[in-house]
Amino acid sequence: MANIKVDGQEIEVPDHYTLMQACEEAGAEVPRFCYHERLSVAGNCRMCLVEVKGGPPKPAASCAMSVRDLRPGPNGEAPEVFTNTPMVKKAREGVMEFLLINHPLDCPICDQAGECDLQDQAMAYGVDSSRYQENKRAVEDKYIGPLVKTIMTRCIHCTRCVRFTTEVAGISELGLIGRGEDAEITTYLEQAMTSELQGNVIDLCPVGALTSKPYEFTARPWELNKTESIDVMDAVGSNIRVDSRGREVMRIMPRINEAVNEEWISDKTRFIWDGLKSQRLDKPYVKKSKKLQAASWNDAFAAVSRAVKKTSADKIGAIAGDLAGVEEMFALKGIMEQLGVNNLDCRPAGSALEPSKGRASYILNAGIAGIEDADAILIVGSNPRKEAAIVNARIRKAWRASGVPIAVVGDQDDLKFDYEYLGKGVESLAAVAAGDVEFAKTLANAERPMIIVGEGALTGTAGKDVLALASSIAKGSGALSADWNGFAVLHNAAARVGGLDVGFVPAKGGLDRAGMDKAAAGGDLDVVFLLGADDIDMEAYKDAFVVYIGSHGDVGAHAADVILPGVTYTEKSATYVNTAGLVQQTTRAVFGPGDAKEDWAILRALSAHLGEALPYDNLNQLRGALYAQHPHFADIEAPAQEDAKAIEKLAKVPAKIKKAALSTPINDFYLTNPIARASAVMAECSQLAAGGVNEAAE
Amino acid sequence: MRAMQFLNSLLLKEFVSTFFLAMRYFFKPKPTINYPFEKGYVSPRFRGEHALRRYPNGEERCIACKLCEAICPAQAITIEAGPRQNDGTRRTVRYDLDMVKCIYCGFCQEACPVDAIVEGPNFEFATETREELYFDKEKLLANGDRWEREIAANLDADAAYR
Repeated sequence: MANIKVDGQEIEVPDHYTLMQACEEAGAEVPRFCYHERLSVAGNCRMCLVEVKGGPPKPAASCAMSVRDLRPGPNGEAPEVFTNTPMVKKAREGVMEFLLINHPLDCPICDQAGECDLQDQAMAYGVDSSRYQENKRAVEDKYIGPLVKTIMTRCIHCTRCVRFTTEVAGISELGLIGRGEDAEITTYLEQAMTSELQGNVIDLCPVGALTSKPYEFTARPWELNKTESIDVMDAVGSNIRVDSRGREVMRIMPRINEAVNEEWISDKTRFIWDGLKSQRLDKPYVKKSKKLQAASWNDAFAAVSRAVKKTSADKIGAIAGDLAGVEEMFALKGIMEQLGVNNLDCRPAGSALEPSKGRASYILNAGIAGIEDADAILIVGSNPRKEAAIVNARIRKAWRASGVPIAVVGDQDDLKFDYEYLGKGVESLAAVAAGDVEFAKTLANAERPMIIVGEGALTGTAGKDVLALASSIAKGSGALSADWNGFAVLHNAAARVGGLDVGFVPAKGGLDRAGMDKAAAGGDLDVVFLLGADDIDMEAYKDAFVVYIGSHGDVGAHAADVILPGVTYTEKSATYVNTAGLVQQTTRAVFGPGDAKEDWAILRALSAHLGEALPYDNLNQLRGALYAQHPHFADIEAPAQEDAKAIEKLAKVPAKIKKAALSTPINDFYLTNPIARASAVMAECSQLAAGGVNEAAE
Repeated sequence: MRAMQFLNSLLLKEFVSTFFLAMRYFFKPKPTINYPFEKGYVSPRFRGEHALRRYPNGEERCIACKLCEAICPAQAITIEAGPRQNDGTRRTVRYDLDMVKCIYCGFCQEACPVDAIVEGPNFEFATETREELYFDKEKLLANGDRWEREIAANLDADAAYR
């Protein structure tokens, strides 16, 4: 610890603190542009200048100077820092004047206006007029992809974007070329950026040089209603802020949550909002003479209840999709219990995860932030970059900080960190379990090894074997100690953990999704309820009566006999559990379109038509019933602490291992769910990622 | 006191003075004007009917910065913005001004960085229906085209005091 005086107030701070951190600790505000907590220190904007006593006799950049760089006085007095002296004021005014020399005065047409660091700091620390008479410089705008718009004349060369892309995103595609007045930020040959995290440079840019292209010119920050919510594009459960105007979602921004997404969000999370407005189901539909026709709610419910009453309980099934909230799955399960239906499944992909085996067996036990504590990581059958870009950024952060050894079984892809490739199939995993490869020793020697198993690896015939092998590796390498649980399942859908938590899986003697497929194809399943389930092969359900409850006209709705229009995650308050078992709730930002209702309310109304009404009339009563059955849902944002014994029980290496390749189920990062498939921006990104957009000549 | 009063009423002092006052006004020039055919003086600062101006080359001035919308105390202005089709510049898709809500405070023209929205000298825009007072972008631009000469002259005349 070091003593330091900030503006006359003596405080004690850790040695490694910078002067800026010390000033903040003392409550003194230091303006800055280039400095960012999560990026390396560049020290090139010079806005954070302070006066120091016991250091160089000139204004010092507080972001780049450490507390231990300062000498104590002759009698051992603590070094002093001043942030409010005339020297500091003059220095800040000078820096601000230089920054504004080449900054255009185009705030009225700039999207950053109203939330611009330069604007705010010019007001607070600048002088009121300019002495500059010469011509301002102008810089040509660059094309860096369909998501980020550039107006390069506005750039103040803080290089936050360059540091973010190289350090956090792991792409060395943005760079600063030239010197002095000729300095420019650009991509190599103006190629589009290829990162799934590139949207974050928009937030990082302190000026309006990098702005959101889809949001271009559409709204001002002061006219937006800000609603704090949770993202459902992947199983990370990134904390987001939904900015809406009237009935429209205008943009989505990240919120800081150190345990989940720090302050980054993936591009799918950020730019999904145009998908919330298109392809929406806004009224109930009933299929009449082979055509879906708009109907009233009562007609739609009547059609469902006719179909249900015609058949028996063992010929009814329910599948919950990737975006379903806990509440609606609980309500649908309630209906199914009343009807006596056992055929339930919340794993459309058909993974081998079972809630009966204990909660620890299907979550990322150490938590997403826990990845940074791991000292050896084995990734099994997962491409975290596609499945959970934020988790990939965490792994990269851990790898950059400590060079943690990482090995991959499964797809060999560019994950933006170095790893040892062990092979594609289950047999490679078995080799690790048997200790036949070098990496097994690394895992065994590690104090906190982590085994990340992708959901894709747990599907198919080899799913059970992979789960058993992964748990035995975890057990064998000491990943299941009293203070560390390194067994980690990386899900790829927001609904999955919540569904497993409420037990939306086949009841005794019930069929799972694959079983339902088979039964439906064989004519043994008459009615199937799809709760936003679109990623299943609807061909099998040709002859069944399909009830689709969801928000978008996607695969499921096309094959449906009755469509009950639900709402998306921005339009309801719903509980989601992320892959680490963290319970979080979304907040309603806007209302759904047309007749669309909140999914749990639809199910509650439907239950009255099917027989007995579910015993709750509002969301609070539903949550009361939910918490009574599953108390852990009431612990919102409390990190999951599960008993590792569940995993030890699974750790039985199967005698005979089925050969199967382990790979991620996600082919296209940008088009993983109905909302993304309805989004024009995501479609463009997907096309670009697949090899370029064809544009009509104009 | 009584004598004074007696004298005043005897000499008809009030009657006479009132007669002179009446005569003075009788021979003065008449302030009344024959309104629809004659009009009174309007200050260059007069805040009348709104107009959206154009540059001399015909380009609309408004850049959809939404400062007028933000400052409007009556919330009479509604703007939707977006990139223009042909050149991608920032323009309004919609500029609605509810003249019924408007309180003619002139803040919008004060806020405008490009002198696009102005309150012109026209005060004769009474309508028979409420709906006609919901001005849209087309109507405001047409106002601008019609009143540009007067508006420009007024702005010029007032420029020295700003």
